Amino acid sequence: MSKMATREAYGKALVEFGNRDDVVVLDADLSKSTMTAFFQKAYPDRHFNMGIAEGNMMSVAAGMSTCGKTAFASTFAIFAAERALEQVRNSICYPNLNVKVCATHSGITVGEDGASHQCIEDLATMRALPNMRVVQPCDAASTRAVIRAVMNTDGPFYVRLGRLAVEGVYGEYEDDIKFEIGKANTIREGSDITIIASGLMVQQSIAAVDMLKEKGINARLLDMHTIKPIDVAAIEKASTDTGAIVTVEEHNILGGLGGAVAEVLSETRPCILKRIGMKDEFGKSGKPEALLKLFNLTPENIVAAVEETLAKK
Amino acid sequence: MEQSTHLQLKLFAARMRKLIIEGVYSAQSGHPGGSLSSTEIFSYLYGEKLRVDPATPENPDRDRFVLSKGHCAPGLYAALSLRGFFDPCNIKDFRKCGSMLQGHPCRACIPGVDMSTGSLGQGISTAVGMAMMGKLDKKDYRVYSILGDGELQEGQVWEAFMSAAHYKLDNLTAFIDFNGLQIDGKTDDVMSLGSIEAKVSAFGWHMIPVDGHDFEAIEAAVSEAEKTKGKPTMIVAKTHKGKGVSFMEDQAGWHGKAPNQQEYEQAMAELDAALAELEVQA
Repeated sequence: MSKMATREAYGKALVEFGNRDDVVVLDADLSKSTMTAFFQKAYPDRHFNMGIAEGNMMSVAAGMSTCGKTAFASTFAIFAAERALEQVRNSICYPNLNVKVCATHSGITVGEDGASHQCIEDLATMRALPNMRVVQPCDAASTRAVIRAVMNTDGPFYVRLGRLAVEGVYGEYEDDIKFEIGKANTIREGSDITIIASGLMVQQSIAAVDMLKEKGINARLLDMHTIKPIDVAAIEKASTDTGAIVTVEEHNILGGLGGAVAEVLSETRPCILKRIGMKDEFGKSGKPEALLKLFNLTPENIVAAVEETLAKK
Repeated sequence: MEQSTHLQLKLFAARMRKLIIEGVYSAQSGHPGGSLSSTEIFSYLYGEKLRVDPATPENPDRDRFVLSKGHCAPGLYAALSLRGFFDPCNIKDFRKCGSMLQGHPCRACIPGVDMSTGSLGQGISTAVGMAMMGKLDKKDYRVYSILGDGELQEGQVWEAFMSAAHYKLDNLTAFIDFNGLQIDGKTDDVMSLGSIEAKVSAFGWHMIPVDGHDFEAIEAAVSEAEKTKGKPTMIVAKTHKGKGVSFMEDQAGWHGKAPNQQEYEQAMAELDAALAELEVQA
């Protein structure tokens, strides 16, 4: 199976599904990186480069959406979810407008650019905004499904995308897959423990599940692509069925996927929970694979965390 | 401008000022100073210029208005109610729990409000987005906005100005309510803006300075804006904060303060007298 970055799948999906008058795309001088350049080439009249001014871009997108448009606003996650946080809040979420904030270059696998560009807090900031829904697809096929879905669903969305080319989990880009926003997908069935992952940590977790199997441990793996609204039923079922959960995210362990799962468990069906992610620290420069090792986000790290958690079960 | 139109606009403004004071007094909070300085601009737009219809507030062909200085909601609400979007008696519930008239304009809950604003700098950007879509869709609606001079201290305003000039938005006309005052004092003392006129021009806008309380000057400037092609127009309107209430005029202290009962009575007496004088002429 060929590798493709979710940002590339995003650019392709915009072109594939964006052949309609209401779809407009905005970018902030990063269209070749966010891959909205594909859309710019296909539909130049409906692509707007707003320059290096992300706050303005978010509010402009909001204004466009009041004119009946489905506006996609793209830049790197750090600028979308943090520099422009208040514009996303007040211009987009408060009036509940039809703007899709599609942010690429999330997490530490941005790589060489280093901590200034590695956004590890966006799930937390975006999840805290009323009216905002937060989705993070793990591969090209699910990105295509997500972009098609958000294009046809009114209201604000934050879609978290990555720079790194990743293996397909659901198939190739063009495969039509079963995918529903808000409903976690079970990637592997298992009864001893549940790993809940999102983004490219799904691929890391698949490798971990296979390693665990060799050790006689049957781990369930959920792709929690929708961080908000989170799939409460799937989390409760995992707690009941397996009695132990490990969350894996390319994000600070505070406020993101692990935080969201912990909120559900603690209110309804407590079980032991281990959160794997960035341990409240900034990233560094380096090759993505080297960084995943440096910050303990490899399949081996996940296996170790599972064994540690099972010991406490 | 015809005599009768001029008088009607003066009446609109006089009624607006009473509603502004009524709202802020009832709420015991809110922003009278900048609402009163923008009153003639609001009056010209809602009393004369804007192609809007309370019966079809979402008409895609309507003119748009964005109050970028969202704290002057009392002015916007007064103008909308006098234009017929809702009953002016709603003003008494301004800022109260359960009222549709939120402290700052709310698009989702108030008929006729084209954009939720209040966080300074964002409104003008949303107006840019609306004007860009007017161009894309080849519609002839026009987009209007009012900014405060203090608001120009927000960096986003200049991002918005840059993008409006870049996209040649000659369907966008903005006003700067240039009253020279902000919460902490004179804008020149708090954070001086230098020459607003020169800065706006340098950002590629057609710039027209006017007396912001003179309807004929406002009308001439808006008309000039409509004829200006290839660039947006900024009408820099020199105004007096608190205009129309003697003790509020040119006082920064009345930026965001409600009158007490005695002040309210004095303000209403002055505004009633001004309105009565105009009604005699009518």
